[in-house]
Formats: sequence, C-alpha cells, structure tokens
Amino acid sequence: MPKKELDTFRVSYLSILDEDGNVDKDLEPKLKKPELIELYRQMVWARRTDERMLKLQRQGRIGTFGPSTGQEAAQCAVAFAMKKQDWFAGAFREHGVRLLRGETLTRQLLYYNGQEEGNVNEEGANPRNLPISVIVGAQPLHAVGLAYAMRLQGEPETCAVTFMGDGATSEGDFHEAMNFAAVWNLPVLFVVQNNQWAISVPRSKQTKSATIAQKAIAYGMPGIQVDGNDALAVYVAAAEALDRGRSGEGPTLIEAVTYRLMMHTTADDQYKYRTKEEEDLWWRRDPLVRFRAYLEAKKIWSEKDQEALEEEYRVEIEKQVKAFEGMSGWKPDAPFDHVFGTRHERIEQQRREFLAEIAKEADRG
Amino acid sequence: MAKLNMVQAINLALDEMMAEDPSVVVLGEDVGVDGGVFRVTEGLIEKYGEARVIDTPLAESAIIGTAIGMALAGLKPVGEMQFCGFSYIMIPQLEGHGSRYRSRTHGQFHVPLVMRVPYGGGVRALEHHSESREASLGHFPGVKVVIPSGPRNARSLMRAAILDPDPVVYMEPKRSYRAFKEEVPEAPETVEIGKAQVIQEGTDVTVIAWGAMMHTTKKAVEEIRQARGASIELIDLLTISPMDTETICASVRKTGRLAVVQEAPLSFGPASEIIATVNDHALMHLEAPVKRVCGYDVVTPYFGRENLYLPTLGRARRGIEEVLDF
Repeated sequence: MPKKELDTFRVSYLSILDEDGNVDKDLEPKLKKPELIELYRQMVWARRTDERMLKLQRQGRIGTFGPSTGQEAAQCAVAFAMKKQDWFAGAFREHGVRLLRGETLTRQLLYYNGQEEGNVNEEGANPRNLPISVIVGAQPLHAVGLAYAMRLQGEPETCAVTFMGDGATSEGDFHEAMNFAAVWNLPVLFVVQNNQWAISVPRSKQTKSATIAQKAIAYGMPGIQVDGNDALAVYVAAAEALDRGRSGEGPTLIEAVTYRLMMHTTADDQYKYRTKEEEDLWWRRDPLVRFRAYLEAKKIWSEKDQEALEEEYRVEIEKQVKAFEGMSGWKPDAPFDHVFGTRHERIEQQRREFLAEIAKEADRG
Repeated sequence: MAKLNMVQAINLALDEMMAEDPSVVVLGEDVGVDGGVFRVTEGLIEKYGEARVIDTPLAESAIIGTAIGMALAGLKPVGEMQFCGFSYIMIPQLEGHGSRYRSRTHGQFHVPLVMRVPYGGGVRALEHHSESREASLGHFPGVKVVIPSGPRNARSLMRAAILDPDPVVYMEPKRSYRAFKEEVPEAPETVEIGKAQVIQEGTDVTVIAWGAMMHTTKKAVEEIRQARGASIELIDLLTISPMDTETICASVRKTGRLAVVQEAPLSFGPASEIIATVNDHALMHLEAPVKRVCGYDVVTPYFGRENLYLPTLGRARRGIEEVLDF
C-alpha cells in the first residue's frame, strides 16, 4: 500500500501584448485589420460611455452605478469572440459586453436611472443577453441552465458565457455552477474579472488559492489565467474556450487579471482602503493604451483616426444622452402588469387601490 | 377511472406532461434511477431518458438556479427539493431571480418552473423533515405557492403548475402521499391556480384548510355534522399565493362564521392572511370571532412529541364547534 502521487496540476498564464503594446508574434491571433479596429472601437466606446455615465451620476442625472473603466479588454474581447447565438449572463460590471452585444447607452442610462425598461432588449440588442444581475455570484447557475436547455433543444453549439468578479468566487453558487457545468459537460464559459477588489476586500483576503484559474482544476475543467488588460490574450483564451464548448468538450474558466480603476460604485470611496499609487500603477497598464500602440505599430491606426473616433463618439454620446433625457411618461402601475403572466384579482384589486391613492396624492399637489 | 394515491397521481401528472411536451424536464437529487426518495418520479427516467430526468449533484441552490436558466431558454423544468427543511437554500435564487425575471424585463423573460417541495409532519422522520413553511414562500411576490390535498387535485394542480408561465412552488403534504386513494379520471384535468375550491357547501360556518390538514378537517366536519347536524361549508385553499379573496369572502358573507385549520406555526401564517382578508372585505358579516387551529410557534419537535404538536382531529373539531357555539 504505497503512498503515491495520483496526479499533478499546472496552471497556465497567457499574455500576448505587453504594457507597451509589444506583441508576441508566436501567440498573436490571426485577426483581420477591420476586426482589430472594431475591437478597439468597442473598447473605446465602453470607456467613453463609462466616463460620461460617471459625470452624469455626479450631476445627479442618473443613480448609482459601478464603472468598468480599466476592464474593457477583459469584457470586449470576450464578447468579440462570442457568436450572436451565444447567451450572456452577466453581473453589473460588464458594460463593455452589453454595448458590444447591441445594447445602447440610452438603455444603460435608463437602467441606472431606476427604470426596468432599461433591461428590455430593444431591437438591435441581442435577445440572448440576460439583464444585469445584482446579487453577486447568482447568475453563473443561470448560464449552466441555459446551456443545458440549448443542448436539449438541438443547439449543442450554442455557448453560455457568464461573467463575475473575484469576490463572486467565494460564493457557493459559483462553485455549484462550476460543478454542474462540468458534470453535465456543458458549453459554459466562466469569465472571472479579477479586478483585485471586492469593494474594500482585496483579492488576497478573498481566497488562499494562488490563482482563481486553478479553482477550475477541482471541478475537472480547464482554467487559465490571462492578462485581462491584454485584449489579444483575452480574445485567444475566450475563442479557444468557446471552440472547446462548441465541440462538446465542456466548460472553461478564464481568470482575467485586471483592475477596477475607479470606485466600486459611485456610492463608494476607494481611498478608504487603497492608495492612489496603486491605481497609478494600473493606469500604466491601461488596456486601451497598449492596444492602440499595437494598432499604430501595425500601421492600421493613427492620431487622425483617433481624433475622428473621439468626435464620432462625442456626437453619438450626446445624441443618446439626449434621447434618454427626452424619455418620460412611464406607466406608474407597470409593476402590477408584470408580477405574473396570468391575471389575479388579488393583484388587480391592489392595482386599483394604488391608482386611486396616487391620484389622491396628485390632487394634494 | 383508477384509484390512485397522491404519489401515483403526481407521478401520473408528470408522466402525462412529459409525454405531451418535450420541453418538460425533471431534475433533483435521486429523482432519476431511484425515482425520488418518495418514488414520485419513479419510472420517468426509463421512459424519457436521463437528459430529461436529471439526477443532479447534491446542491439545492443549483437545482433551482439551473432550472431558472433552463426556463429562460424555453424549457419547463420541474425541480425537486427533497424535503421542505432543505428548501431554504433555494430561496435566494427563487426570490432573487426566479420571481423577478418577468418584472425585471417587463415580461421579455419569464421563468416557467415548478419546484416540488415535500413538506409537513406526521411521518416520524428525522429533524428538518417535518416543517410546513408555505407562509415564508407565500410572501414573495412573483411566486405562486400551491398545495394539493388529495390524489385528484394533486394531479390537476401539477398539470396547472407545469402549464403556468411563472415559478410555482408545489408543496406536497407527505403525510397524505400514501394515506388514502381516490378515484382519478381517465382524462387529464386542470385547475386554475389562485382559486380555492368549495368542496362542501353549507350555511352555518366556513371552514378552510389545505394540504394534510384537509384530510383531518374533513373528518372533523363529518363528525360535527353527524353529532349536531350543522351545515358546514368546507373550503380547500389549494393556492396559498396569490390567495383567492373572492371564494373566501363570498363564503364568509354567507355563513357569518369562520374557522381555519393550519399545520404551520400560528404567527404570520396563511391563516393570519385569511383573517386579514376577511377583515378587509367581509368583517361586518362575521357573527363570531374567527378561530385559528394551528401549529405552535416552536421549533418543530422530533417525532417523539410530534403528534402532540400537529393539529389533531380533536383540536379541529373543538375549534369549529367553538365558532358554531359562540
């Protein structure tokens, strides 16, 4: 009865584009020029809209939201690798994914201004985008169920992609989702945006594991850590994981190492728990700066292109903010319409009382 | 017509729905090869295969969480929580997401799932196997909670629950699983969720019960009828939420008296809600204080003392008589 080693495990790390935009030619994906430009445009769109939302929040024109500045590569490059048919089950900091999959800034503004209408997939938005999930770590289970349903309904090549943060990896639902996805061998891609902070709790206090990627090993699925500020590395890892899923090889976990450059939400003061110096270190790793340097080195992007893009987005953002601010006339009793898909007198009675009460409130001026 | 017990009747309803609709799937712990610890899903895996009758890993949150995902993509999952005492883990997913996708997206997404929850005492089981927690579940807007009382309505209510477009918690009184058989018609029947059923008309007093208490209450009502010839209107609540205001209040307006028999603890239970509903809509018709015959606000005792704590036939009879004699 010897004591013997049963298995050994390795964890891989992938980086293709360094902080200065130098590319590892051996690992560089074969993306065409328009594809590279499109990915860059999407990342800039996510950044500019995020910046504008922060200003609007500070002016009191929208409510609380969690900025995603700094995480554009981790978000957009995954969405870029996804197919239209794939499902997306995100949390509340995947602004870049949502925009890339057809959601508008206007819609985001509606959501963050307290309207459920901001969750409705309008024309142009991917109908397989699930709405924002605020409860940390709950939505990975939905992705597993979606993938199960797809396979049963004859769409085995449709993947479900779910996003969460490093904090969510301490939640039970995250682990249950990983376990179910692996046992059922489903095409689910788990993307952990390890942005180093779960509000005030640093990654080091979240888990004793050396990497989040290695948590995949325990569930019998591949896990990889990537430089989450490197759009090419994120893209390559996501594309490979999705290919595996589509060929029936099951789920994958990607840990995208990135940084939340702003506050947790606009209700948070990050300087209570971290320093400006730490942030500065990560600003030097800005995913947009290095991707632009890469495009410029390839001679497919120039200062002039950048200026034109900034102007295009300035105009578009104004247009969408204006559209948002022009919206009104929300039906006050809409919540009663959507408790159930069936009508119940008990609900209808309360609706009548509600409408009578708000009419009385209006009379009082 | 066939005489079935409740286990057989629920099994029949699941079988019928799975045969009719390929989007119906069953998932839970031991529901496949084992046929469920109570055998409610027996034989389904042989007929419909393991892709549609899923033996899941042991994780209640994931059973409902993945069922929510399946439902969002068009399946009609029927999940099983093995016992009510293990079902609290499903609440974060049920309240946080199952009940909300419809309102969150103004109807663009909805979650047509059923969670089966065997509940209640009287089967001499271990700790955590005997609770009645319908009140907690009934408090979540966007969730329907139904409880059958016998084989025939167990089958029709399960059919209605699967056909329903929203999350339905289907609570199974396990004391009634094999307690008695009932004639169940050949053709499938359905009922309207949200409707109570007057199962016996009367004029002297209204008595409301549900689940396993229906059986106890029926006997009490029969004893009182034989003993004193009282005309008792007996209502099977069937749906805890959304509660059927009209049937309850119409009956109370007619009889002027009301007793409610509830297995669950007294405070904040459906009986309290029934009384508050009568207070809102039919108070001036009451000729006597309403009587609640309920469980006590104690942690469910182990089965050695269980029968002292569950509402008994005697307690139900005395409670109803108290209202009649006022």
